Amino acid sequence: MQDFEPKIVAFVCNWCTYAGADLTGTSRTKYAANVKIIRFPCTGRIDFMILMKAFENGADGIIVSGCHPNDCHYSTGNFHARRRWIVFRNLMNFTGIDTERILFSWVSAAEGFKWADVVNNTVAKIREMGPYENYNKIAVSTLLKEEVSNHE
Amino acid sequence: MSRIGVFVCHCGENISATVNCEKVAQISKELKGVEFSTDYKYMCSDPGQTMLKEAIKEHKLDGVVVAACSPRMHEPTFRKACSEAGLNPYLCEMSNIREHCSWVHPKDDLTTEKAEDLVRVMVEKVKKNKALNSIKVPVTKTALVIGGGVAGIQAALDIANCGHKVVMVEKQPSIGGHMSQLSETFPTLDCSQCILTPRMVEIAQHPNITLYTYAEVEKVDGFIGNFKITVRKKSKSLDEHLCTGCGLCTTKCPQKKIPNEFERGLGFRPAIYVPFPQAVPNKPVIDRENCTYYIKGKCKVCEIVCPTKAIRFDQEDELVEIEAGAIVLATGFDVLKSDFFPEYGYGKYKDVIDGLQFERLASASGPTMGEIRRPSDGQIPKKIVFVACAGSRDPAKGIEYCSKICCMYTAKHAMLYKHKVHDGTPYVFYMDIRAGGKMYEEFVRRAIVEDETQYIRGRVSTIYEKNGKLIVKGADTLMGAEPVEIEADMVVLATAGVANHGAEALAQTVHVSYDAYKFFAEAHPKLKPVETNTAGIFLAGACQAPKDIPESVAAASGAAVKVAALFSNDELTREPLIAVVNRQAPPVFSSCVGCFLCQSVCPYQAIEREEIKNRNGEVIKTLAKVNEGLCQGCGTCVALCRTKAIDIHGYSNQQVYTEVMALLND
Repeated sequence: MQDFEPKIVAFVCNWCTYAGADLTGTSRTKYAANVKIIRFPCTGRIDFMILMKAFENGADGIIVSGCHPNDCHYSTGNFHARRRWIVFRNLMNFTGIDTERILFSWVSAAEGFKWADVVNNTVAKIREMGPYENYNKIAVSTLLKEEVSNHE
Repeated sequence: MSRIGVFVCHCGENISATVNCEKVAQISKELKGVEFSTDYKYMCSDPGQTMLKEAIKEHKLDGVVVAACSPRMHEPTFRKACSEAGLNPYLCEMSNIREHCSWVHPKDDLTTEKAEDLVRVMVEKVKKNKALNSIKVPVTKTALVIGGGVAGIQAALDIANCGHKVVMVEKQPSIGGHMSQLSETFPTLDCSQCILTPRMVEIAQHPNITLYTYAEVEKVDGFIGNFKITVRKKSKSLDEHLCTGCGLCTTKCPQKKIPNEFERGLGFRPAIYVPFPQAVPNKPVIDRENCTYYIKGKCKVCEIVCPTKAIRFDQEDELVEIEAGAIVLATGFDVLKSDFFPEYGYGKYKDVIDGLQFERLASASGPTMGEIRRPSDGQIPKKIVFVACAGSRDPAKGIEYCSKICCMYTAKHAMLYKHKVHDGTPYVFYMDIRAGGKMYEEFVRRAIVEDETQYIRGRVSTIYEKNGKLIVKGADTLMGAEPVEIEADMVVLATAGVANHGAEALAQTVHVSYDAYKFFAEAHPKLKPVETNTAGIFLAGACQAPKDIPESVAAASGAAVKVAALFSNDELTREPLIAVVNRQAPPVFSSCVGCFLCQSVCPYQAIEREEIKNRNGEVIKTLAKVNEGLCQGCGTCVALCRTKAIDIHGYSNQQVYTEVMALLND
């Protein structure tokens, strides 16, 4: 497992965490290259089905991060994301998807160092957990795949 | 088949030092739909942009990906360049290979691979982008200035003098802020009131300015150019039109022993009061918490003595609705609370005071009429110790930053003291003297040389009382950390400047971000120092970080220019990255089923109901419809929609799913 490089996708909001990650860059704080960011306007926009899509396509871990509670650029988007996450997490636990591989975090535009920590800690954790090979064995993904092929 | 152009920027060496830009460009060329790909030293430079424009025309590109810095930095630049080359600006995307890649990773293959991944994601995304047109919205040419200290005053006057309307809201009964409490100001020693009060009067008399004192912002809705603000005007228990400000009520009020906030507790005021003689407006308010009538139900002395019958005991708070195009936050700062310094005995010993209290003692209008007398027994202190960095630069106390103004005002205090008590000795304990600024270093020198202030480099460990003296124990680090003990008559703590009480709540009300210390956050620390991340909201003065008067004023004028620039247009162009409900041919009309869950989560009330009628005028279907003026494009509705009928431009379901798949499948 030594040379396993986890693939981690970060779904972040534009106003806090994306800007925070920009600050990490501006302050030249180093972190692992395994995490790649996809920008959303707000965590409220993140339809959690997209996390499934990421796992289905081979992600080993996921970070979802936005503004701290009460700091949302759009007032309440992060609260909706939080609520949705709580419900969704239960659903995932029920279906047998490993919720330990998803990190939900708040990183503000001023927390460049925190972003580096979040990334490094997640990479270390996922590296220890190993590749997420189990996902595609679970029935849910098979159904998803059928749905996708129907679309195509 | 798409014709995408990929442009990889070296950013000098910022990117190319760790990312192999040539390779990224080469690999990108192999991607499906990529027609043209190149790398260049500075894409944002004129030649870089010209190259982009020429490539768009020459290769008939229908999508552009610029792999460079953060889109938060240069997205507008490249979108404009595309637009000039005849390509719809929303067909241009940026891959952030600087902040999110080259700056945070070492030079190795993984870093270049990550850059390739990030480019591929955007190539796939841009294929799904749609040509969009920006939205025009009208601008309300009124500015709201929150806070009436020197920064707010400057911003309001500058905006008003540009010919725009200004509404100023101040929490206290008078404008003036902390500056009105100061005695004399560094480095010129001109009297604070003398330079401030003319400006305060100008605010009150300016035809373009409406002033609400004793008022607070309760709610902010809307967006740049079109804010809707609710202001609570707290009841002053007074008819301001009838009151002439004669002040008879304040002299007759039987309740006289209320600690005076303006004097920082060093003096008293009645329950009906004007905070200070030069207050604007110079009309009293009743402090209901301490007024005998409101406590016991009888008294009404002020009502009896008032010659114009202006007192209104039953007056209620008033809510005022304001429409404004821009907001300037100028809510200032606060100083640390007393319980912060148990080792210095602040709050325990009457003669340990803070810097603002010393300002009041030194002020000609203060509780001692400008004589330096210690609070406990009114004696003139012969030995006075000033402790700089009381709280500041102290990670153990949670304040790691330098409060910036204390070095200067401590030197000033020592000077003022020496000017008034010629045979006294001022001591200053300091960590470093930070006197950067025009004439600042010279000023500190003057305090040391001309006014014989004893500067001791070291921190004070403890202060305690013994035989009526305050024993100040510290160390002199320039004498080999030799212990120093001074028997002082009075101690002044240069307490740290902290974010104003309530700053966090206000930030949440107006939707701006704030830092770990609760100071409001600017959009960019260097290049956008007076803007916030929320369009149309600007910062002035010490609500952002500790600032001295010249800096606050400069920031306020900066914010005012930003507002004036915004108001120079009759309408604003807004990004069209907003939600939209799909429409289909009859009889379906839309996949929207009219559940209106989107309406329940929309923070902007931007979801309307649209009724589809048949020829007879009967409603056959009700759909959700997005109000383009109100939608801010957060996309919360999109994630919630169960039929995926609502989608958002720029972050559509198709786009984000494509991004995820492109990222993970190379």
